[in-house]
Amino acid sequence: MTPPTSSSTVTLNINGEKHTLTVDHRTTLLDALRDRLDLTGTKKGCDHGQCGACTVLVDGRRTVSCLQLAVASEDREITTVEGVAEGDRLHPVQQAFLDLDGFQCGYCTPGQICSAVAMIEEHAAGWPSAVTADVRPEAGPPPLTTEEIKERMSGNLCRCGAYGQIARAVARAAAEASAEKLTEETAA
Amino acid sequence: MREFDYRHADDVTGAVALLDADPDARYLGGGTNLVDLMKNGVETPARLVDVRFLPLDRIETADDGAVRIGATVTNSDLAAHPLIRERYPALTQAVLAGASGQLRNMATVGGNLLQRTRCGYFTDITRPCNKREPGSGCPAIEGEHHNHAILGASEHCVAVHPSDMGVALTAFDAVVSWQTAEGAGEAPLADFYLPVGDTPHRETVLPPGALITHVTLPPARVAARSRYRKVRERASYAFAIGSVAAALEIDDGVICDARLALGAVASRPWRARLAERILVGAPASAEYFAAAADAELAAARPLPHNGYKVTLLRNLVVAVLTELAEETTR
Repeated sequence: MTPPTSSSTVTLNINGEKHTLTVDHRTTLLDALRDRLDLTGTKKGCDHGQCGACTVLVDGRRTVSCLQLAVASEDREITTVEGVAEGDRLHPVQQAFLDLDGFQCGYCTPGQICSAVAMIEEHAAGWPSAVTADVRPEAGPPPLTTEEIKERMSGNLCRCGAYGQIARAVARAAAEASAEKLTEETAA
Repeated sequence: MREFDYRHADDVTGAVALLDADPDARYLGGGTNLVDLMKNGVETPARLVDVRFLPLDRIETADDGAVRIGATVTNSDLAAHPLIRERYPALTQAVLAGASGQLRNMATVGGNLLQRTRCGYFTDITRPCNKREPGSGCPAIEGEHHNHAILGASEHCVAVHPSDMGVALTAFDAVVSWQTAEGAGEAPLADFYLPVGDTPHRETVLPPGALITHVTLPPARVAARSRYRKVRERASYAFAIGSVAAALEIDDGVICDARLALGAVASRPWRARLAERILVGAPASAEYFAAAADAELAAARPLPHNGYKVTLLRNLVVAVLTELAEETTR
Protein backbone atom coordinates (compact mmCIF):
# COMPACT_ATOMS: atom_id res chain seq x y z
CA MET A 1 0.00 0.00 0.00
CA THR A 2 1.24 3.50 -0.81
CA PRO A 3 2.22 5.50 2.29
CA PRO A 4 -0.47 7.68 3.89
CA THR A 5 -0.82 11.25 2.67
CA SER A 6 -2.82 14.17 3.98
CA SER A 7 -3.55 15.73 0.59
CA SER A 8 -4.53 14.62 -2.91
CA THR A 9 -4.82 16.07 -6.38
CA VAL A 10 -8.41 15.93 -7.58
CA THR A 11 -10.32 17.04 -10.64
CA LEU A 12 -13.65 18.64 -9.80
CA ASN A 13 -16.32 19.06 -12.46
CA ILE A 14 -18.12 22.28 -11.52
CA ASN A 15 -20.79 23.92 -13.66
CA GLY A 16 -19.48 21.95 -16.66
CA GLU A 17 -15.86 23.04 -16.17
CA LYS A 18 -13.04 20.85 -14.92
CA HIS A 19 -10.71 22.17 -12.23
CA THR A 20 -7.65 20.24 -11.10
CA LEU A 21 -6.32 21.17 -7.69
CA THR A 22 -4.44 19.72 -4.76
CA VAL A 23 -6.52 19.68 -1.61
CA ASP A 24 -5.79 18.87 2.02
CA HIS A 25 -8.14 15.94 2.75
CA ARG A 26 -9.83 18.03 5.44
CA THR A 27 -11.08 20.53 2.84
CA THR A 28 -14.82 20.47 2.36
CA LEU A 29 -16.36 20.99 -1.06
CA LEU A 30 -17.72 24.27 0.34
CA ASP A 31 -14.26 25.58 1.24
CA ALA A 32 -12.79 24.37 -2.07
CA LEU A 33 -15.50 26.25 -3.99
CA ARG A 34 -15.16 29.46 -2.05
CA ASP A 35 -11.48 29.67 -1.12
CA ARG A 36 -9.79 27.84 -3.97
CA LEU A 37 -12.04 28.38 -6.99
CA ASP A 38 -13.47 31.81 -6.17
CA LEU A 39 -17.03 30.52 -6.52
CA THR A 40 -18.33 32.54 -3.59
CA GLY A 41 -22.02 32.28 -4.48
CA THR A 42 -22.24 29.23 -2.21
CA LYS A 43 -22.41 30.50 1.36
CA LYS A 44 -21.04 29.19 4.65
CA GLY A 45 -23.64 29.38 7.40
CA CYS A 46 -23.40 26.90 10.28
CA ASP A 47 -20.72 24.65 8.68
CA HIS A 48 -22.44 21.66 10.38
CA GLY A 49 -25.13 20.67 7.88
CA GLN A 50 -27.92 22.34 9.80
CA CYS A 51 -28.76 25.52 7.87
CA GLY A 52 -28.65 24.70 4.14
CA ALA A 53 -26.84 27.92 3.09
CA CYS A 54 -24.12 25.84 1.39
CA THR A 55 -26.51 23.72 -0.70
CA VAL A 56 -25.19 22.73 -4.13
CA LEU A 57 -26.23 20.00 -6.57
CA VAL A 58 -24.06 16.89 -6.76
CA ASP A 59 -25.05 14.64 -9.66
CA GLY A 60 -28.32 16.59 -9.75
CA ARG A 61 -29.12 16.02 -6.09
CA ARG A 62 -29.13 18.74 -3.47
CA THR A 63 -26.32 18.29 -1.00
CA VAL A 64 -24.85 20.32 1.85
CA SER A 65 -21.33 21.10 0.64
CA CYS A 66 -20.05 21.72 4.20
CA LEU A 67 -20.25 17.99 5.00
CA GLN A 68 -19.05 16.84 1.59
CA LEU A 69 -15.27 16.40 1.43
CA ALA A 70 -13.66 17.83 -1.71
CA VAL A 71 -11.48 14.73 -2.09
CA ALA A 72 -14.66 12.60 -2.18
CA SER A 73 -16.20 14.78 -4.91
CA GLU A 74 -14.03 13.70 -7.85
CA ASP A 75 -15.85 12.61 -11.04
CA ARG A 76 -19.14 13.99 -9.78
CA GLU A 77 -21.15 16.64 -11.57
CA ILE A 78 -21.34 19.66 -9.28
CA THR A 79 -23.68 22.58 -9.92
CA THR A 80 -23.49 25.73 -7.81
CA VAL A 81 -25.77 28.76 -7.88
CA GLU A 82 -23.39 30.25 -10.48
CA GLY A 83 -24.31 27.39 -12.81
CA VAL A 84 -28.11 27.11 -12.65
CA ALA A 85 -28.89 29.86 -15.20
CA GLU A 86 -28.66 29.29 -18.96
CA GLY A 87 -26.29 32.04 -20.01
CA ASP A 88 -28.08 35.33 -19.40
CA ARG A 89 -31.43 33.63 -18.97
CA LEU A 90 -32.10 33.14 -15.26
CA HIS A 91 -33.40 29.80 -14.03
CA PRO A 92 -37.18 30.02 -13.41
CA VAL A 93 -36.50 29.59 -9.68
CA GLN A 94 -34.09 32.56 -9.72
CA GLN A 95 -36.59 34.68 -11.68
CA ALA A 96 -39.40 33.80 -9.27
CA PHE A 97 -37.25 34.73 -6.24
CA LEU A 98 -36.58 38.14 -7.87
CA ASP A 99 -40.16 38.77 -8.96
CA LEU A 100 -41.73 37.69 -5.66
CA ASP A 101 -39.11 39.03 -3.20
CA GLY A 102 -38.03 35.57 -2.05
CA PHE A 103 -35.31 37.00 0.17
CA GLN A 104 -34.35 39.84 2.43
CA CYS A 105 -30.62 39.96 3.25
CA GLY A 106 -29.86 37.33 0.58
CA TYR A 107 -27.35 35.23 2.51
CA CYS A 108 -29.42 32.03 2.45
CA THR A 109 -30.68 32.67 -1.10
CA PRO A 110 -28.10 30.72 -3.15
CA GLY A 111 -28.77 27.68 -0.96
CA GLN A 112 -32.53 28.21 -1.16
CA ILE A 113 -32.36 28.45 -4.96
CA CYS A 114 -30.19 25.34 -5.44
CA SER A 115 -32.38 23.45 -2.99
CA ALA A 116 -35.61 24.52 -4.74
CA VAL A 117 -34.27 23.60 -8.21
CA ALA A 118 -33.62 20.02 -7.05
CA MET A 119 -36.70 19.82 -4.83
CA ILE A 120 -38.99 20.60 -7.78
CA GLU A 121 -37.38 17.70 -9.67
CA GLU A 122 -37.73 15.37 -6.67
CA HIS A 123 -41.43 16.17 -6.53
CA ALA A 124 -41.81 15.74 -10.29
CA ALA A 125 -40.18 12.29 -9.92
CA GLY A 126 -43.01 11.35 -7.52
CA TRP A 127 -41.08 11.40 -4.24
CA PRO A 128 -43.38 11.67 -1.22
CA SER A 129 -42.52 13.84 1.81
CA ALA A 130 -43.10 13.67 5.57
CA VAL A 131 -46.41 15.52 5.17
CA THR A 132 -47.70 13.35 2.32
CA ALA A 133 -50.83 11.68 3.70
CA ASP A 134 -50.49 8.42 1.74
CA VAL A 135 -46.99 7.41 0.64
CA ARG A 136 -48.07 4.24 -1.20
CA PRO A 137 -47.29 4.36 -4.92
CA GLU A 138 -50.93 3.90 -5.96
CA ALA A 139 -51.83 7.13 -4.12
CA GLY A 140 -49.88 9.01 -6.82
CA PRO A 141 -47.73 12.09 -6.36
CA PRO A 142 -49.10 14.63 -3.85
CA PRO A 143 -50.00 18.12 -5.12
CA LEU A 144 -47.21 20.60 -4.31
CA THR A 145 -49.16 22.57 -1.69
CA THR A 146 -47.62 25.24 0.56
CA GLU A 147 -47.45 22.60 3.31
CA GLU A 148 -45.51 20.26 1.00
CA ILE A 149 -43.15 23.06 -0.08
CA LYS A 150 -42.46 24.09 3.52
CA GLU A 151 -41.68 20.51 4.56
CA ARG A 152 -39.51 19.82 1.51
CA MET A 153 -37.59 23.10 1.97
CA SER A 154 -37.16 22.73 5.75
CA GLY A 155 -33.43 22.07 5.34
CA ASN A 156 -32.92 25.71 4.33
CA LEU A 157 -33.17 28.21 7.14
CA CYS A 158 -33.81 31.93 6.56
CA ARG A 159 -33.01 34.04 9.59
CA CYS A 160 -34.74 37.08 8.06
CA GLY A 161 -37.91 34.99 8.00
CA ALA A 162 -38.72 35.48 4.32
CA TYR A 163 -40.39 32.07 4.28
CA GLY A 164 -43.77 33.27 2.98
CA GLN A 165 -42.25 34.80 -0.15
CA ILE A 166 -39.82 31.91 -0.58
CA ALA A 167 -42.70 29.42 -0.56
CA ARG A 168 -44.62 31.54 -3.09
CA ALA A 169 -41.58 31.82 -5.37
CA VAL A 170 -40.95 28.06 -5.24
CA ALA A 171 -44.63 27.38 -5.95
CA ARG A 172 -44.57 29.64 -9.03
CA ALA A 173 -41.38 28.08 -10.39
CA ALA A 174 -42.76 24.58 -9.83
CA ALA A 175 -46.02 25.46 -11.58
CA GLU A 176 -44.05 26.84 -14.55
CA ALA A 177 -41.91 23.71 -14.72
CA SER A 178 -44.93 21.43 -14.68
CA ALA A 179 -46.73 23.55 -17.33
CA GLU A 180 -43.62 23.39 -19.51
CA LYS A 181 -43.44 19.62 -19.08
CA LEU A 182 -47.12 19.34 -20.07
CA THR A 183 -46.51 21.44 -23.21
CA GLU A 184 -43.52 19.27 -24.14
CA GLU A 185 -45.53 16.09 -23.61
CA THR A 186 -48.45 17.43 -25.69
CA ALA A 187 -46.04 18.48 -28.46
CA ALA A 188 -44.44 15.03 -28.38
CA MET B 1 -9.40 18.52 12.62
CA ARG B 2 -6.66 15.88 12.64
CA GLU B 3 -4.97 15.22 9.28
CA PHE B 4 -6.01 11.95 7.65
CA ASP B 5 -5.25 9.63 4.79
CA TYR B 6 -8.02 9.04 2.24
CA ARG B 7 -8.61 5.87 0.24
CA HIS B 8 -11.21 4.89 -2.27
CA ALA B 9 -12.39 1.28 -2.08
CA ASP B 10 -13.42 -0.46 -5.32
CA ASP B 11 -15.03 -3.52 -3.76
CA VAL B 12 -16.10 -4.84 -0.36
CA THR B 13 -13.03 -7.07 0.01
CA GLY B 14 -10.73 -4.15 -0.69
CA ALA B 15 -12.58 -1.87 1.73
CA VAL B 16 -12.47 -4.42 4.52
CA ALA B 17 -8.75 -5.09 3.91
CA LEU B 18 -8.00 -1.35 4.10
CA LEU B 19 -9.74 -1.02 7.44
CA ASP B 20 -8.36 -4.27 8.80
CA ALA B 21 -4.84 -2.90 8.28
CA ASP B 22 -5.50 0.18 10.36
CA PRO B 23 -7.53 0.23 13.60
CA ASP B 24 -7.47 4.03 13.45
CA ALA B 25 -9.37 4.11 10.15
CA ARG B 26 -13.09 4.70 9.57
CA TYR B 27 -15.44 3.98 6.70
CA LEU B 28 -16.84 7.11 5.04
CA GLY B 29 -20.39 6.82 3.71
CA GLY B 30 -22.45 9.97 3.23
CA GLY B 31 -20.35 11.68 5.93
CA THR B 32 -23.33 13.58 7.34
CA ASN B 33 -22.50 12.46 10.88
CA LEU B 34 -18.84 11.41 10.67
CA VAL B 35 -17.52 14.59 9.01
CA ASP B 36 -19.46 16.68 11.52
CA LEU B 37 -17.99 14.68 14.43
CA MET B 38 -14.51 15.14 12.93
CA LYS B 39 -15.10 18.90 12.85
CA ASN B 40 -16.08 18.75 16.55
CA GLY B 41 -13.03 16.65 17.41
CA VAL B 42 -15.17 13.73 18.64
CA GLU B 43 -13.88 11.49 15.84
CA THR B 44 -10.17 11.62 15.00
CA PRO B 45 -9.53 8.94 12.36
CA ALA B 46 -6.08 8.62 10.80
CA ARG B 47 -7.61 7.30 7.58
CA LEU B 48 -10.96 7.41 5.80
CA VAL B 49 -11.94 4.55 3.51
CA ASP B 50 -14.60 5.87 1.16
CA VAL B 51 -17.28 3.21 0.64
CA ARG B 52 -19.93 5.49 -0.86
CA PHE B 53 -19.52 4.06 -4.36
CA LEU B 54 -19.22 0.38 -3.56
CA PRO B 55 -21.74 -1.72 -5.52
CA LEU B 56 -24.09 -1.90 -2.52
CA ASP B 57 -26.66 0.57 -3.81
CA ARG B 58 -29.46 -1.80 -4.85
CA ILE B 59 -32.85 -2.61 -3.34
CA GLU B 60 -33.79 -6.13 -4.42
CA THR B 61 -36.43 -8.77 -3.72
CA ALA B 62 -35.23 -12.24 -2.74
CA ASP B 63 -37.01 -15.47 -3.77
CA ASP B 64 -38.68 -15.77 -0.36
CA GLY B 65 -40.15 -12.27 -0.70
CA ALA B 66 -37.61 -10.58 1.59
CA VAL B 67 -36.37 -7.14 0.57
CA ARG B 68 -32.61 -6.68 0.60
CA ILE B 69 -31.41 -3.09 0.97
CA GLY B 70 -27.78 -2.34 0.12
CA ALA B 71 -25.79 -0.44 2.74
CA THR B 72 -24.94 2.48 0.44
CA VAL B 73 -28.55 3.08 -0.67
CA THR B 74 -29.25 6.68 0.26
CA ASN B 75 -32.08 7.61 2.61
CA SER B 76 -33.76 9.41 -0.31
CA ASP B 77 -33.68 6.38 -2.58
CA LEU B 78 -34.90 4.09 0.19
CA ALA B 79 -37.86 6.35 1.04
CA ALA B 80 -38.87 6.83 -2.60
CA HIS B 81 -38.61 3.17 -3.63
CA PRO B 82 -42.01 1.77 -4.74
CA LEU B 83 -41.40 -1.57 -3.02
CA ILE B 84 -40.77 0.08 0.34
CA ARG B 85 -43.70 2.48 -0.05
CA GLU B 86 -46.00 -0.44 -0.92
CA ARG B 87 -44.87 -3.11 1.57
CA TYR B 88 -43.37 -1.12 4.46
CA PRO B 89 -44.94 2.38 4.30
CA ALA B 90 -43.88 3.15 7.90
CA LEU B 91 -40.25 2.78 6.81
CA THR B 92 -40.71 5.40 4.09
CA GLN B 93 -42.46 7.66 6.60
CA ALA B 94 -39.69 7.17 9.18
CA VAL B 95 -36.92 8.01 6.71
CA LEU B 96 -38.78 11.08 5.46
CA ALA B 97 -39.33 12.24 9.04
CA GLY B 98 -35.56 12.43 9.57
CA ALA B 99 -33.10 15.19 8.66
CA SER B 100 -33.57 17.34 5.54
CA GLY B 101 -33.82 16.72 1.79
CA GLN B 102 -30.12 17.53 1.40
CA LEU B 103 -28.98 15.20 4.19
CA ARG B 104 -31.23 12.36 3.02
CA ASN B 105 -29.60 12.59 -0.41
CA MET B 106 -26.16 12.08 1.15
CA ALA B 107 -26.82 9.72 4.06
CA THR B 108 -26.68 5.95 3.63
CA VAL B 109 -28.58 3.07 5.24
CA GLY B 110 -25.44 1.56 6.80
CA GLY B 111 -24.36 4.93 8.14
CA ASN B 112 -27.79 5.65 9.55
CA LEU B 113 -27.59 2.59 11.81
CA LEU B 114 -24.10 3.57 13.00
CA GLN B 115 -24.76 7.28 13.57
CA ARG B 116 -23.91 8.50 17.05
CA THR B 117 -26.11 10.04 19.70
CA ARG B 118 -26.79 13.78 19.56
CA CYS B 119 -26.40 14.09 23.38
CA GLY B 120 -24.84 17.52 23.87
CA TYR B 121 -22.21 16.17 26.26
CA PHE B 122 -21.09 13.51 23.79
CA THR B 123 -20.55 16.09 21.04
CA ASP B 124 -18.75 18.59 23.31
CA ILE B 125 -15.17 17.41 23.86
CA THR B 126 -14.68 19.85 26.74
CA ARG B 127 -17.19 17.87 28.84
CA PRO B 128 -16.94 14.41 30.42
CA CYS B 129 -18.81 11.59 28.65
CA ASN B 130 -18.60 7.85 29.33
CA LYS B 131 -19.50 7.06 25.73
CA ARG B 132 -16.69 9.21 24.30
CA GLU B 133 -14.18 8.80 27.14
CA PRO B 134 -14.93 5.69 29.23
CA GLY B 135 -14.86 6.36 32.96
CA SER B 136 -15.04 10.16 32.69
CA GLY B 137 -18.63 10.41 33.93
CA CYS B 138 -22.09 11.34 32.65
CA PRO B 139 -23.04 14.99 33.24
CA ALA B 140 -26.43 14.45 31.53
CA ILE B 141 -27.84 12.59 34.55
CA GLU B 142 -27.54 15.72 36.72
CA GLY B 143 -27.68 18.16 33.82
CA GLU B 144 -29.46 18.63 30.50
CA HIS B 145 -31.45 15.46 29.84
CA HIS B 146 -34.93 16.46 28.74
CA ASN B 147 -34.46 14.41 25.55
CA HIS B 148 -32.65 11.46 27.10
CA ALA B 149 -33.56 7.82 27.68
CA ILE B 150 -36.42 6.50 29.79
CA LEU B 151 -35.84 2.81 28.98
CA GLY B 152 -32.77 0.59 29.19
CA ALA B 153 -30.37 3.33 30.36
CA SER B 154 -27.80 2.96 33.14
CA GLU B 155 -26.02 5.15 35.67
CA HIS B 156 -23.20 5.37 33.12
CA CYS B 157 -25.13 6.73 30.13
CA VAL B 158 -28.65 7.97 29.39
CA ALA B 159 -28.18 8.92 25.71
CA VAL B 160 -30.76 8.00 23.06
CA HIS B 161 -30.19 6.60 19.59
CA PRO B 162 -31.24 9.30 17.10
CA SER B 163 -32.35 7.18 14.12
CA ASP B 164 -35.91 7.27 12.78
CA MET B 165 -35.17 4.69 10.08
CA GLY B 166 -33.94 2.23 12.70
CA VAL B 167 -37.24 2.36 14.59
CA ALA B 168 -39.23 1.17 11.57
CA LEU B 169 -36.55 -1.39 10.62
CA THR B 170 -36.66 -2.80 14.17
CA ALA B 171 -40.45 -3.10 14.08
CA PHE B 172 -40.18 -5.13 10.86
CA ASP B 173 -37.50 -7.58 12.11
CA ALA B 174 -34.71 -6.27 9.89
CA VAL B 175 -31.46 -8.24 9.83
CA VAL B 176 -28.10 -6.46 9.48
CA SER B 177 -25.37 -8.18 7.45
CA TRP B 178 -21.69 -7.32 7.44
CA GLN B 179 -18.33 -8.39 6.10
CA THR B 180 -14.94 -8.61 7.83
CA ALA B 181 -11.57 -9.90 6.65
CA GLU B 182 -12.50 -13.20 8.37
CA GLY B 183 -15.87 -13.57 6.68
CA ALA B 184 -19.52 -12.55 6.77
CA GLY B 185 -21.82 -12.10 9.76
CA GLU B 186 -25.35 -11.00 10.56
CA ALA B 187 -27.64 -10.12 13.46
CA PRO B 188 -31.26 -9.09 13.85
CA LEU B 189 -31.38 -5.32 14.34
CA ALA B 190 -33.14 -5.98 17.67
CA ASP B 191 -29.89 -7.63 18.90
CA PHE B 192 -27.50 -5.39 16.96
CA TYR B 193 -27.15 -2.70 19.62
CA LEU B 194 -25.50 -3.72 22.91
CA PRO B 195 -27.07 -3.06 26.31
CA VAL B 196 -25.69 0.16 27.84
CA GLY B 197 -24.52 -1.26 31.20
CA ASP B 198 -21.11 0.06 32.20
CA THR B 199 -19.79 0.03 28.62
CA PRO B 200 -21.74 2.77 26.79
CA HIS B 201 -18.74 3.26 24.46
CA ARG B 202 -19.39 -0.21 23.00
CA GLU B 203 -22.50 0.30 20.92
CA THR B 204 -22.99 -2.63 18.52
CA VAL B 205 -22.14 -6.30 18.02
CA LEU B 206 -20.12 -5.44 14.86
CA PRO B 207 -16.64 -7.02 15.02
CA PRO B 208 -13.69 -4.61 14.60
CA GLY B 209 -13.30 -3.47 10.99
CA ALA B 210 -16.68 -4.85 9.89
CA LEU B 211 -18.45 -3.17 6.99
CA ILE B 212 -22.26 -3.31 6.91
CA THR B 213 -23.15 -4.63 3.44
CA HIS B 214 -26.94 -4.82 3.55
CA VAL B 215 -30.09 -4.85 5.63
CA THR B 216 -32.78 -7.46 4.95
CA LEU B 217 -36.47 -7.04 5.64
CA PRO B 218 -38.28 -10.38 5.88
CA PRO B 219 -41.71 -10.53 4.22
CA ALA B 220 -44.40 -9.29 6.62
CA ARG B 221 -48.00 -8.91 5.48
CA VAL B 222 -48.78 -6.83 8.56
CA ALA B 223 -46.27 -4.16 7.48
CA ALA B 224 -48.40 -3.13 4.49
CA ARG B 225 -50.65 -1.33 7.00
CA SER B 226 -48.09 0.51 9.04
CA ARG B 227 -47.42 3.99 10.22
CA TYR B 228 -44.58 6.06 11.68
CA ARG B 229 -45.35 9.07 13.79
CA LYS B 230 -42.74 11.37 15.22
CA VAL B 231 -43.02 14.14 17.80
CA ARG B 232 -40.37 16.84 17.86
CA GLU B 233 -39.88 20.33 19.23
CA ARG B 234 -40.56 21.96 15.86
CA ALA B 235 -42.64 20.88 12.89
CA SER B 236 -39.79 19.63 10.71
CA TYR B 237 -36.06 18.93 10.55
CA ALA B 238 -35.40 18.01 14.18
CA PHE B 239 -34.63 14.86 16.13
CA ALA B 240 -37.52 13.06 17.79
CA ILE B 241 -38.48 13.53 21.41
CA GLY B 242 -40.63 10.45 20.91
CA SER B 243 -41.68 8.33 17.96
CA VAL B 244 -43.66 5.20 17.16
CA ALA B 245 -43.54 2.70 14.30
CA ALA B 246 -46.57 0.45 14.32
CA ALA B 247 -48.38 -2.08 12.17
CA LEU B 248 -51.67 -3.87 12.80
CA GLU B 249 -53.51 -6.68 11.14
CA ILE B 250 -57.10 -7.02 12.31
CA ASP B 251 -59.56 -9.80 11.55
CA ASP B 252 -63.19 -9.32 12.59
CA GLY B 253 -62.27 -6.77 15.27
CA VAL B 254 -59.51 -8.93 16.76
CA ILE B 255 -55.81 -8.15 16.36
CA CYS B 256 -54.07 -11.07 14.65
CA ASP B 257 -50.64 -9.47 14.16
CA ALA B 258 -49.01 -6.38 15.63
CA ARG B 259 -45.66 -4.65 15.39
CA LEU B 260 -44.57 -1.84 17.66
CA ALA B 261 -41.28 -0.02 18.13
CA LEU B 262 -40.48 3.22 19.98
CA GLY B 263 -37.89 5.86 19.13
CA ALA B 264 -36.00 8.46 21.20
CA VAL B 265 -36.56 6.47 24.39
CA ALA B 266 -33.39 4.35 24.64
CA SER B 267 -29.84 3.80 23.39
CA ARG B 268 -31.39 1.67 20.64
CA PRO B 269 -34.63 1.61 18.68
CA TRP B 270 -36.95 -0.01 21.25
CA ARG B 271 -38.95 -3.01 20.09
CA ALA B 272 -42.08 -3.11 22.28
CA ARG B 273 -42.48 -6.88 22.54
CA LEU B 274 -44.44 -6.78 25.81
CA ALA B 275 -46.99 -4.52 24.21
CA GLU B 276 -47.14 -6.71 21.09
CA ARG B 277 -47.91 -9.79 23.22
CA ILE B 278 -50.86 -8.00 24.81
CA LEU B 279 -52.15 -6.73 21.48
CA VAL B 280 -52.16 -10.02 19.57
CA GLY B 281 -55.49 -11.76 20.21
CA ALA B 282 -57.03 -8.71 21.89
CA PRO B 283 -59.94 -6.63 20.54
CA ALA B 284 -58.75 -3.65 18.48
CA SER B 285 -59.91 -0.99 20.93
CA ALA B 286 -58.39 2.03 22.66
CA GLU B 287 -58.65 0.26 26.02
CA TYR B 288 -56.28 -2.53 24.92
CA PHE B 289 -54.01 -0.11 23.07
CA ALA B 290 -53.56 1.81 26.34
CA ALA B 291 -53.03 -1.41 28.33
CA ALA B 292 -50.33 -2.47 25.86
CA ALA B 293 -48.57 0.90 26.04
CA ASP B 294 -48.73 0.91 29.85
CA ALA B 295 -47.27 -2.59 30.06
CA GLU B 296 -44.32 -1.62 27.88
CA LEU B 297 -43.72 1.66 29.67
CA ALA B 298 -43.97 0.13 33.15
CA ALA B 299 -40.20 -0.41 32.91
CA ALA B 300 -39.58 3.29 32.23
CA ARG B 301 -37.22 5.00 34.69
CA PRO B 302 -37.45 8.67 33.77
CA LEU B 303 -35.04 11.33 35.04
CA PRO B 304 -36.26 14.59 36.64
CA HIS B 305 -36.66 16.38 33.28
CA ASN B 306 -37.88 13.69 30.91
CA GLY B 307 -40.84 12.20 32.73
CA TYR B 308 -43.07 13.80 30.08
CA LYS B 309 -41.84 11.15 27.64
CA VAL B 310 -43.74 8.38 29.45
CA THR B 311 -47.07 10.15 28.92
CA LEU B 312 -46.07 11.28 25.43
CA LEU B 313 -45.18 7.76 24.29
CA ARG B 314 -48.29 6.26 25.86
CA ASN B 315 -50.53 8.74 24.05
CA LEU B 316 -48.55 8.34 20.84
CA VAL B 317 -48.94 4.55 20.87
CA VAL B 318 -52.70 4.80 21.51
CA ALA B 319 -53.14 7.44 18.80
CA VAL B 320 -51.16 5.56 16.13
CA LEU B 321 -52.82 2.20 16.86
CA THR B 322 -56.25 3.87 16.83
CA GLU B 323 -55.50 5.45 13.43
CA LEU B 324 -54.32 2.10 12.06
CA ALA B 325 -57.40 0.30 13.39
CA GLU B 326 -59.70 2.90 11.82
CA GLU B 327 -57.83 2.64 8.53
CA THR B 328 -58.09 -1.15 8.56
CA THR B 329 -61.83 -1.22 9.20
CA ARG B 330 -62.62 1.47 6.62
